[in-house]
Amino acid sequence: MTRFQQLIAVNEARRSRRRRVVNAAMLSLTGLLTLMALVPLFWIIGYVIYRGAPVLNVNFFTQLARPVGMHGGGVLFAIEGTVVLAVLACLFAIPPGVLAAFYAARNPNTPLGIALRFSTDVLAGVPSIVMGLFIYGLVVVPMKHFSGFAGGLALSILMLPTIIRTTEEMLKLVPHTLREGSLGLGAPEWKTNLSVAFPAAFDGIITGFLLAIARATGETAPLLFTALGNERFDIGAIIQGGIQAHQSLFSIIGRIVNQPIDSLPLTLWTYAMQPYQERIDQSWGVALVLMILVLLIEIAARLWIEARKRALQG
Amino acid sequence: MKNISISKRNTWQERLNRFTRHGDIPWSLLIGAMAILTLVVVIAIAWMLWTQSADARAKIGWDFFRPTLDATWNPAKDIYQAWPFIYGTLITSLVAIVLAVPISLGIAVFLAELCPERLRLPLNWMIEMLAAIPSVVYGLWGIFVFLPAVVTPVGEFLSHLSVLPGFTGTLFTGPISEDGTSRLAAGLILTIMVIPTITAISRDVLLAIPNSQREAAMGLGSTRWEMIWQVLLPYGLSGILGAVILGLGRALGETMAVTMVMGNANEATGSLLKAGYTMASLLALQFKEAVTPLHTEAMIELGFTLFAITLILNLFARFLVWQVARRTPQEARA
Repeated sequence: MTRFQQLIAVNEARRSRRRRVVNAAMLSLTGLLTLMALVPLFWIIGYVIYRGAPVLNVNFFTQLARPVGMHGGGVLFAIEGTVVLAVLACLFAIPPGVLAAFYAARNPNTPLGIALRFSTDVLAGVPSIVMGLFIYGLVVVPMKHFSGFAGGLALSILMLPTIIRTTEEMLKLVPHTLREGSLGLGAPEWKTNLSVAFPAAFDGIITGFLLAIARATGETAPLLFTALGNERFDIGAIIQGGIQAHQSLFSIIGRIVNQPIDSLPLTLWTYAMQPYQERIDQSWGVALVLMILVLLIEIAARLWIEARKRALQG
Repeated sequence: MKNISISKRNTWQERLNRFTRHGDIPWSLLIGAMAILTLVVVIAIAWMLWTQSADARAKIGWDFFRPTLDATWNPAKDIYQAWPFIYGTLITSLVAIVLAVPISLGIAVFLAELCPERLRLPLNWMIEMLAAIPSVVYGLWGIFVFLPAVVTPVGEFLSHLSVLPGFTGTLFTGPISEDGTSRLAAGLILTIMVIPTITAISRDVLLAIPNSQREAAMGLGSTRWEMIWQVLLPYGLSGILGAVILGLGRALGETMAVTMVMGNANEATGSLLKAGYTMASLLALQFKEAVTPLHTEAMIELGFTLFAITLILNLFARFLVWQVARRTPQEARA
């Protein structure tokens, strides 16, 4: 071996060692970054449990807020409000969302289909506070008062793109043979869609609903100037009063949705901004309840997807 | 054989069925109407914000957007200049993107290329759980934990940097306030919040790259990292860019967490270490307590600006993703 060849060999060895070192370093860096991203997750969950758990007791879930300065009291009003808002949002978002998804799944390439896909994308990107502004102008200003109705509507616009998208995806996964079978047996298209395609895609669609609800439940910004917040909201009292006054079911529901209403994230925000220690303590409790609620819905939805995938594969 | 008779019944039900093609015409009208409704919602948002801010646009004009940090936002005197808020939104989102992109790309590479099969699902879930935690919870945690533990020390450190030559810029003029509320805090919280968005999309982009690319790179003798860095990332570049833009959109519109950690004071400084507002946090704090009609309108104009920015970003991201879809060969899309 000449001197020259030796030099080349040494050089080559050095370079390959450097390449191997860079390789190992960068690959472990990606793993490290992944670990790093999990730090805030566990930090947040752990700290919220640490601060929130001592606050939780039966009263926390069953009582209304006490005036500032008094100990105890609960956030029943916010829990009730969250449920009312979620139900309203689902009522407003799910029927139009699912129907629009039927349209999108059937006509992906018509001008309206393209426009629909585009507007779902835009809606998904619109900041949630802008939706609050929109509903404020659309509902709150003409009605001249804040209401649960407006809050539900704002949340429904937030849910709409998620619902349309997941439903569309799931409908597209339904095998063509199923549809063709139904059409071949003489069923009209609407019947094929509603009683064959929809049930076949139902599992996936439900997970879409769950994810949308989880997202809407955690939102505060669109509620700030639509639902406003209301510490004295009390469904029990409204219903009892309504029954005693022999009001119709319709007017009782009207009274529930027609007044300002609170929700867990909204309460958390209001409480955290107040300079009273017991309110701040309670806001940690609210954070814990909210987080458990949202994460449970989210995990349930994901488990459902996984189970379905397994079932399809095996 | 029995006589199969097809009677030509002409009851009103039959006629209705024929007329509506057994219900298909009303059905297509219904689903078409719902598709149009979705479209109308988007247009209505733009229209509502545009018309409701007409007075503000007429009275304030372009002065509203004049890029000066020495701006006035004074409801008592009805003077409105929005630049500090626009600046706040842009600078916090920029911090978030600059920090989040390398981290998210690292995670995406790990999840798509390196992760052992058993860890993949739980890790994916955990990263996505970061996106599921409500933003008020981020805010609360931010105020009481993140600010004192992370932001204040980092801010202190950065404020000392301005002593060094080359760091004379105004970006790190300190000192940071005692409780740590600052634009930096908002930027750091946003970093955590956009990581799942960028990670999820770029992971999907990486997973969609055909295996032939990987095999070719490895066959030519590259190391795994060289394959990722020199082949996969350039290949998926536009998709990753789309992911970054969607993350940016999320950062721009994020309201609650930012409002809670940003301090919400209006000082005529561009420093990261000082308190400030973003467009969204101003809306969250002042909209309900608007003093004059013009005050409300000025804020709606701000909302319209926010809407327009996110709309344009979305268009751009869509365009990039469309480009990828057009270029990617059939093999990859299967």
